[in-house]
Amino acid sequence: MAELLQHLVNGLVLGGTYALLGIGLTLIFGLMNVVNFAHGEFYTLGAYATFAALGLAGAHFFVAVLAAIACGTALGALCELVLLRPLRAESIDTTMLVMIGVWIAMQNGELLIWGGVAKSIPHPFPTAPLVLGPVSIAPLRVFVLVLAAGLIVTAYLLIHTTRLGTAMRATFQDRDTAALMGVRIGRMHTATFAFGSGLAAAAGALLGPVFLAYPSMGDLASLKAFSVVILGGLGNLPGATLGGLLLGVAEEFGAGYVSSGYRDAVGFVIIIVVLLFRPAGLFARSERIG
Amino acid sequence: MSCGAPGTPSRPPAVQSGSAVPAPTIRAVLAALATTAALTLPLWLESPYFLHVVIMAGIFGVLALSLNLLLGYTGQLSLGHAAFFGIGAYASALLTLRLEWSFWLALPGAVALAALAGWLIGRLALKLRGAYFVLVTISFAGVVALVSVNWMELTNGPLGLPGVPAPTLGPWSLRGKRAYYYLVLAAVLLAYLVCRRLVGSRIGRAFVALRENEALAESVGVDVTHYLVLAAVVSAAMAGLAGSLYAHYTRFVSPEVFLFSYTVTMVIMVVAGGKGTLAGPLVGALIFTVLPEALRAVVSWQWQMLAYGVLLVLLVVFLPRGVVPAIAALRNRRAS
Repeated sequence: MAELLQHLVNGLVLGGTYALLGIGLTLIFGLMNVVNFAHGEFYTLGAYATFAALGLAGAHFFVAVLAAIACGTALGALCELVLLRPLRAESIDTTMLVMIGVWIAMQNGELLIWGGVAKSIPHPFPTAPLVLGPVSIAPLRVFVLVLAAGLIVTAYLLIHTTRLGTAMRATFQDRDTAALMGVRIGRMHTATFAFGSGLAAAAGALLGPVFLAYPSMGDLASLKAFSVVILGGLGNLPGATLGGLLLGVAEEFGAGYVSSGYRDAVGFVIIIVVLLFRPAGLFARSERIG
Repeated sequence: MSCGAPGTPSRPPAVQSGSAVPAPTIRAVLAALATTAALTLPLWLESPYFLHVVIMAGIFGVLALSLNLLLGYTGQLSLGHAAFFGIGAYASALLTLRLEWSFWLALPGAVALAALAGWLIGRLALKLRGAYFVLVTISFAGVVALVSVNWMELTNGPLGLPGVPAPTLGPWSLRGKRAYYYLVLAAVLLAYLVCRRLVGSRIGRAFVALRENEALAESVGVDVTHYLVLAAVVSAAMAGLAGSLYAHYTRFVSPEVFLFSYTVTMVIMVVAGGKGTLAGPLVGALIFTVLPEALRAVVSWQWQMLAYGVLLVLLVVFLPRGVVPAIAALRNRRAS
């Protein structure tokens, strides 16, 4: 029982960051119809930006995390403006290939800058775990969970209470009508991509200190983000949140009770099984994709 | 070699003013030159290093042809193609090492196993389209790669399988690069002819019809699932062939055969050469095996991969149809 609780807590910490990744990707996918294979690279960027801000600029940890999020947002906006905006009329396959190119270029750019050796990101939290009854948890992980939850709530508030969020939802539901109502679709796309990339960078900044930062860390992050999106259903924000938590917990259980070698297979299997049997996601009321 | 994309109406022969040599003759002469060059290559290309580059180009040529069948003709992007390549490599290595089969039995065995995997993925995944199909293929490759790392008893895990035997033909060993070159050349030719035969037939027209307008194709009686599964099976079988050739050439197989960069390289070769053309993948394979080797002296491997990414972006933006169709279009424009 204690072991089960421990796995559950660890899974929720991971799952919170997976939800951040998934929310960003599901927004980009749903609103822009872009399959963003470079999503995980913004996660990597978040981790390395934190590392750089701490090590090179000597910033405080919290400042470094904020800087990483800002960095991801800015690069996301740039990426949309330079690459995706000119291709807006193109098919989903074209933008997908472009994003695959961005993925490879960013990953190898990071490899060139930082080298292949994994970097450990220092953090100011005590390493002694907090013991709460049968469960022990590192203070850093508590911070990760709290900040992830805070960002998820921020995302909800942004989408549901602000003018920008209303315009984004309108664009998602019906782009042409939204454009007729005066929504600037181009701006919505830039905002969505920047926001999604910022969330991915936040996930990287949070998980970077828990694990390590290395250039290919984004590959698995991308795949996990896709599993979350598929679990939750396309463009479904609550679905992505629940999907993220579910994936985190499923991975922890898989690693704990089956075999740690197959931990990352959980995401793959989820993608295959859900797409084959319930392609609209676990939480959809009706089928939305054929 | 036919260069035009199928589906585009064949142009009437251009009226040439001034030039005495008609285009078909030029094409025949070029084809004859290319054939002669390919057949005699080991005789004048002395350096084993260059021969190695050409052999790798051939193996990647088969892979690119295989991916093109799915991506170029049916329009389905498989980002798990390294899985079929890897399955072919592991199957061939294990059949020769553990069961001591001869290469000539292991090769078809590997092809059959890869085809079976292709059939499975085709049956399961081809009711999905676009991004969803891509994701299932990536996940499939991910699972297979994890199995190759974790199933120690079968695959020897991350250490891989050393000592894969070189093929022999009667009393001769095909261990040398020259002999192996001809083996690979035969495989490229076989893959090319299979593609050409398939594409030129009813089946190929069904593929293109599906790519262009699935609903319309279905309404005139094209059995979508049947043809997509067929494309997946043939494509996987060809990737398995390349895998087997790779295993017996490098004589070592490790989980690295499942590296995503192999799949990316195939995609770049097909997109750069011209998807949906027969010559495109081969041209792409040649360019993208020779170019990195040529650049190796100048820049490091990481810069190369960075350049690959940038190049893919540039190609999709500026040359979306690829090199071969671009050349064909240029020639047509000049002719008319």
